[in-house]
Amino acid sequence: MSYARRALAIAWKDLAVERRSKETLNALVFFSLLLLFVFQFTLGSDRERLAAVLPGVLWLGFVLSALLALGRTFLVEREHDCWEGLLLAPGDKSAIYLGKLVGNLALMLLVEALVLGLFVVFFDIDLGRALPGLLVVVLLGTLGLAAVGTLFAAMTANIRARELLFPVLLLPVQVPVLLATVKATEGLLQGEPLGAVAHWVKLLVAADTIYVVLSLLTFDVVLEG
Amino acid sequence: MSVDPIVRVVEVRKVFGLVPVLDGVSLEIRGGEAVALLGANGAGKTTLLKILATLLRPTRGTATIAGHDVARAPEAVRPLLGVVAHGAWVYDDLTARENLRFWSTLGGLHTGADELTAALAGVGLERAADARVRTFSAGMKRRLSLARVMLARPRVLLLDEPFAGLDQRAKKWLEERLEALKAGGAALLMVTHSFGRELGVADRLAILAGGRIALETPRGSLGPDDIQRLYAVHAEEAS
Repeated sequence: MSYARRALAIAWKDLAVERRSKETLNALVFFSLLLLFVFQFTLGSDRERLAAVLPGVLWLGFVLSALLALGRTFLVEREHDCWEGLLLAPGDKSAIYLGKLVGNLALMLLVEALVLGLFVVFFDIDLGRALPGLLVVVLLGTLGLAAVGTLFAAMTANIRARELLFPVLLLPVQVPVLLATVKATEGLLQGEPLGAVAHWVKLLVAADTIYVVLSLLTFDVVLEG
Repeated sequence: MSVDPIVRVVEVRKVFGLVPVLDGVSLEIRGGEAVALLGANGAGKTTLLKILATLLRPTRGTATIAGHDVARAPEAVRPLLGVVAHGAWVYDDLTARENLRFWSTLGGLHTGADELTAALAGVGLERAADARVRTFSAGMKRRLSLARVMLARPRVLLLDEPFAGLDQRAKKWLEERLEALKAGGAALLMVTHSFGRELGVADRLAILAGGRIALETPRGSLGPDDIQRLYAVHAEEAS
């Protein structure tokens, strides 16, 4: 019970700080809008070309905004001199990881919902029947990104070249998640049912499970290291 | 004051790279006792504090708190500790009450609303309880930090320059709180640069110089001038 309370306290604190300061959210919204403008100008209104690249473009937007959001996960602790406080908190440190993961997930899903909505408007896409399946893929893909991203953000928080090292570490590990999400999104946007891309969804579930379990098990060592 | 020491530091050595910062420090603190640790910049005061706080591992030697080795059993030590570090450990975008509730929950405490209000009143922040910490002065943040520590009722209190940034009224208030903690049986280790009335809380003085405790003496009736003289002889000569 204490474990869950501590995890919830971390998630609540992160979301409350972000809701009031809007530091990360503002940056993400402007960054996403910028990306959309660039994609719109580059791709134009060629429907065939658009259909071929849209899944990749959509996930590129998600991944780039995730890199910005996840990279700041533990910087807020550094900026407020609270890092040592987290270290000295008694009990299982994985509760801190879980709380940070929940906070990151909430923030990323909020930005992704906004980006997805803007994609629909900008590129005049009819999501129609694809939407429920797409929500499942986005949720699983975001969990995979956030699970490793939260761990690596803690790992690189005390390193001087963290802005460079963080994406260099994160992106190679994300290959299974990126592959599965882009391929599943492509199938869904082409009108296939969720069952037709089930193999990609299974890969996502397996990757998410491995990432979350490994992160929970290793977070203590990462934080103390 | 209890007989057995709660804090026991035996021949602790800490080396950063090739530079030894601590070179055989030994120190004992009993429950209900306060030790003021004096020393020049870079003498290793904060390093010793961080070793006791389980944030650094000693290169050699042992440090125990209530019988638990700080390097081998940090999880057993941490619930016993209260730490007031350089930073106040507060989030600017949360209110004082929210900050206190957050740290209390993270520390595994079940603190009710009344207890939080009482803790804030105890440090004179009852009127600012629901104001964001962003609007607080450095002294108010330090008082909030002390409220956090006092809620946890630690057996050992580690304080890194606790009087820094406080006005005279706040200093007097802090002295009273530290005396109350001592009376409750807590052991206090206080790093300070001040030779003034802030040392009034201390029962013993320890001067850290050359990586060792160069002098350890009961404060007794030593005044600021006596302490300054002792410091000049032991700390400044060694450095």
